[in-house]
Amino acid sequence: MTGITAYGAYIPRLRLNRLAIYQAMGWFAPALIMVAQGERSMCNFDEDSLTMAVAAARDCLTGMDKRAVDAAYLCSTTLPFADRQNAGIMTTALNLRDDILTADITSSQRAGTTGLIAALDAVRAGSRKQVLLTATDKRLTKPAYFYEMWFGDGAASLLLGDEDVIAEFLGSYSVTHDFVDHYRGADRHYDYMWEERWVREEGYAKFIPQAVQGLLKKLDLTMQDVGKLVFPCLFRAEHRTIAKGLGAAPTQVMDTMHDICGETGAAHPLLMLTAALETAKQGELIVVAGFGQGCDALAFRVTENITKLPPRRGVRGALADKLTTDNYMKFLKFRDLIQPEMGIRAEAPTQTAMTALWRNRRMLTGLVGGKCRACGTPQFPKQDYCVNPACCAHQSQDDYEFADVPAQILSFTGDLLAVSVDPPAVYGTVQFAGGGRFLADFTDCDAQEVRVGLPVKMAFRRRFTDSERGFAGYFWKAIPQQPASEEAPAGKEVK
Amino acid sequence: MMATGIKDKVAILGMGCTRFGERWDMGAEELMVEAFQECLADAGIERRDIQAAWLGHCLEEVGMGKCAAPMGVALRLPHIGITRVENYCATGTEAFRGAVYGVASGAYDICLAMGVEKLKDTGYGGLPNPGSGFGSLTWQWFPNASAPGLFAQIATAYAANYGITDQDLKRALAHVSAKSHANGALNPKAHLRRPVTIDQILASPIIAYPLGLFDCCGVSDGSACAIVTTPEIARQLGKKDLVSVKAIQLSVSSGYEGAFNEWQGDNFYTAGKCSLAAYKEAGITNPREEISMLELHDCFSITELVTYEDLHISERGKAWRDVLDGFYDRDGKIPAQIDGGLKCFGHPIGASGLRMIYEMYLQLSGRAGERQLANPRYGLTHNLGGFPHQNVCAITILGGDK
Repeated sequence: MTGITAYGAYIPRLRLNRLAIYQAMGWFAPALIMVAQGERSMCNFDEDSLTMAVAAARDCLTGMDKRAVDAAYLCSTTLPFADRQNAGIMTTALNLRDDILTADITSSQRAGTTGLIAALDAVRAGSRKQVLLTATDKRLTKPAYFYEMWFGDGAASLLLGDEDVIAEFLGSYSVTHDFVDHYRGADRHYDYMWEERWVREEGYAKFIPQAVQGLLKKLDLTMQDVGKLVFPCLFRAEHRTIAKGLGAAPTQVMDTMHDICGETGAAHPLLMLTAALETAKQGELIVVAGFGQGCDALAFRVTENITKLPPRRGVRGALADKLTTDNYMKFLKFRDLIQPEMGIRAEAPTQTAMTALWRNRRMLTGLVGGKCRACGTPQFPKQDYCVNPACCAHQSQDDYEFADVPAQILSFTGDLLAVSVDPPAVYGTVQFAGGGRFLADFTDCDAQEVRVGLPVKMAFRRRFTDSERGFAGYFWKAIPQQPASEEAPAGKEVK
Repeated sequence: MMATGIKDKVAILGMGCTRFGERWDMGAEELMVEAFQECLADAGIERRDIQAAWLGHCLEEVGMGKCAAPMGVALRLPHIGITRVENYCATGTEAFRGAVYGVASGAYDICLAMGVEKLKDTGYGGLPNPGSGFGSLTWQWFPNASAPGLFAQIATAYAANYGITDQDLKRALAHVSAKSHANGALNPKAHLRRPVTIDQILASPIIAYPLGLFDCCGVSDGSACAIVTTPEIARQLGKKDLVSVKAIQLSVSSGYEGAFNEWQGDNFYTAGKCSLAAYKEAGITNPREEISMLELHDCFSITELVTYEDLHISERGKAWRDVLDGFYDRDGKIPAQIDGGLKCFGHPIGASGLRMIYEMYLQLSGRAGERQLANPRYGLTHNLGGFPHQNVCAITILGGDK
């Protein structure tokens, strides 16, 4: 049996209140009021499609044997590198094996579902045992645009295999049309969008039914057999109409998360699929469709293993862990859409020595340190001599992954002098249970709430951006974990 | 093991120190000349009598560039051996150590130690931001940090580990800075010469929590230098009230603090070790009773506060009480930062270690003017380079050569 063996998701903690966009730019684009409801997810300044992919994949691999993964595909239209395999960065961050197949699948909003079909076909053909399929997007628009309202940032990850399958792959059906509802030239930052009415009526309303009906016919199924129909659509009314036209009752249709997240590009069909799997029952049929220059559709049958999957954060956990902001200027700065004065201090050199990055890739990208065979001390970074002053053994360390080791804060500050996109720069010494500590940047935190002794979780984040050379540097940051409070609401409001 | 230490093997023949501050009129070369002129006159020798020299210059990117040659050129030293040393903010003491060891080894009779830094050529406040110039690996994982933020780590850990409230710690830190401002006001060479009140300090904006503006030292241009020789030669040259070197010790981090889960993050492990080695070398058994005065590396108020403990003068977790009791004030038991310290004299990196020694030299030879303390016996300088978890601690002890 081929199918999904695990799922994971990531939605950034920050959510932008859509009304804030209207409040800032309504004078310029009054029509924004029509879509200024709910909130959209937004990346922190140190997040991008790659860091979200790593976070979603870590969630997916919770409790799974990641050494068994023998292929990893990364699907996105907004990857940080046009020529440096982004999937390779992701697998290094995840510490997957080196002898695996990796690929970036890109250039269409359909990349996520197309990648999923390719991964499942590889497993079904028997050429791969376990494929990690991750889709992610952080789509950029100019300010004060409907699409800025509608888009969200996020990632989803699925593990495909032929053992302990939680949702059996029944088949897929695709249609390809060179339908240019939008496009982005290879040298451009922003999409160019054609008229919505045409996109709705000639695109969404035709291609999604073509693919879904083609799939059902191919599998000899009807809409009555479907438990959950999963497909994104930017237009709420059109989403309803398409589902109705396909014969699906509202109870069969998965919510697009428009009000609480926004559409996460190539990741969105898989993010919605992940949400569907979180509430799926054994035997349930799930049909998922992804639109983009045509449409892909896939069908899955949920198995009894769905209840045996180790607990994970998933879409539900990611949605609940949120911080809503009305600060539209922050959104713009985080996406480099405004250029406030950063001062001469920010003009420091930013070149990266690729040789040093290569030598230290496991340390920098994978957060791999060492554990001494002589005295048992875990340490970071891994060096030739053990750091334990009572040991100092030579070349005695085995690789030791720190990313998932519990850690807490030993010291910290909120620094207003250090150059930062989101001052103060918060950082401090984090100390890992069992051994190992280092001075780390903190992220996704309010400096006022950081305390010595707070637990932290490590996250793969962008450490710096070298705009002069078009390079992004990545390392790991600590996210302080506030103790759960009974009275605290699920989300918080900040300015 | 034959080592006998440095005690009383080397004496200071002369010293010089520029006014510290925003010396828009001078580059590092001219600052060196200003200090050197005073030093030569004080030593009563000629340029040609200097046999070897050590230059301490840390941030060459905003100063003179690499190498010792710019000093040879600026001072027109006649093709003698000059070594450039750099050890972060402990650079000045490192230059002094080189010159002192040069004499003590018997290789030379008279050596020069020069420290200089030109910081105010960056176009912005604070120390230069090295970015990826900070080592090809370090840049890729070290936090986005500034000096105040790195030293603030000590403050948050100290408060948490000893259960001290924010208010108590801030009050003690304010006292540390107010005391140095009062001292600096008496020093014509100091960068910052205005006394400030505790309230002013407490009301100042936060730079890196919990450190505010007045918890941070001045960023200054300046130079200081010393000519050293043996006590015998010094006497032959007619030098009176000799000040001799009782101890010079260095302790450099091994990675233990930064990467091994033992150090508590609320002190300087190197200073704890370095001070004991210095006391041993100087023959001091009870520092709280025997040391007369301190010039500490008060780059930030918290650094000075925990250093009182690292020097084994205040008890662990109690320095803040000693501070509030006035123990380290001008009229206290052990006055600290009599010249204003880094806080108010200023902190031209490569010069600071020698500037501290300069004040001790003036005090011990009874030439400190308005700041003169009564009958000082031992003066200790503490010069720290790096960060709390990875640093260079340099300590000297000076005293009269009786």
